Amino acid sequence: MTQRREVMKTGAKLAGLLATMSLLPRDVLAQSGWPKAAFEAKSLDDVAKALGVAKPAESKDLTLQGPDIAENGAVVPVGATTTLPGVKRVMLLVEKNPNALAAVFDLTDGVEPAVSTRVKMGQTSNVYAVAVLADNRVLYAQKEIKVTLGGCGG
Amino acid sequence: MADPMRIRAQAQGGNAVVRVLMSHEMETGQRKDSAGNTIPAWFIQEVTAQHNGKTVMTALWGPAISKNPFLQFTVKGAKAGDKITVTWVDNKGGKRTDEAAVA
Repeated sequence: MTQRREVMKTGAKLAGLLATMSLLPRDVLAQSGWPKAAFEAKSLDDVAKALGVAKPAESKDLTLQGPDIAENGAVVPVGATTTLPGVKRVMLLVEKNPNALAAVFDLTDGVEPAVSTRVKMGQTSNVYAVAVLADNRVLYAQKEIKVTLGGCGG
Repeated sequence: MADPMRIRAQAQGGNAVVRVLMSHEMETGQRKDSAGNTIPAWFIQEVTAQHNGKTVMTALWGPAISKNPFLQFTVKGAKAGDKITVTWVDNKGGKRTDEAAVA
C-alpha cells in the first residue's frame, strides 16, 4: 500500500516537472515570434511554404560562399551575398540536416545584402542561400559542401 | 549571465564591416549524454543589430548554427565612432547586449 502511494507521488511530481518544462519554452517562443514551423521543415519548398513566400527559383545573381570540403561539420563557414537591390530577407538552409533551415536574416536598408556565419552540418549536403526580394520574388543559390566529420550527434 | 560578445566594426569605403563572436553552447536537442538522456536544446533564437540605436538587421536562428556563433554583416553609411549594438535572445529567455564603436 505504502509502495503504491510512493509510486503515485513520484508520478505526480514527474508530470508537474514535465508540464513546467514544456510550458516554459513555449511562452518564450510566443514572445519572440520565432517561426517554429519553418525551423521544423525538412526541405527548401517546405520552408518557403511555412514562411508564406513563393517557391524559390534558382538565380545567378545570388552567391553562396562556402568551402567545397568541410573537414569539421560542426563549424562550416557559409555566407550569402547578392548584387540585387531590395533584398528583404536572406535564409541559409542545409538540406540534409534534421531540420533544413539554419538561419533567417531580416535585412533593412541600413545593411548590405551580405551576411555570413558558421553552421553545423550532419553530413555532406547541398546548402542553399535564399533571398526574398521586395517585389516578392524568391531566389536561391546552392552549393554542395562535402563533410568529412559530421557535426551533429556525438 | 553569458560571457560578453566580441564585436569588431571596421570602417571600409563608407560602410562598416561588423564581425561578432558570441559565446553560447548552441545545443541542438539532438544529442544524448553518456546516460542516454537527450540534452535539451539551448540555442540563440534571435539576434538584433543596431546602428546608432536604429535596428538594421534581425536574425532568427535555429539550432544548426555552430557553437560560439560567428556573424558578419555590413552596415551601410556607418562612420568611425558610430555605435553598433548587438543583442541576442536564446530559447530559455537568456539575453545579452554588447556595444562597440566603429573603428
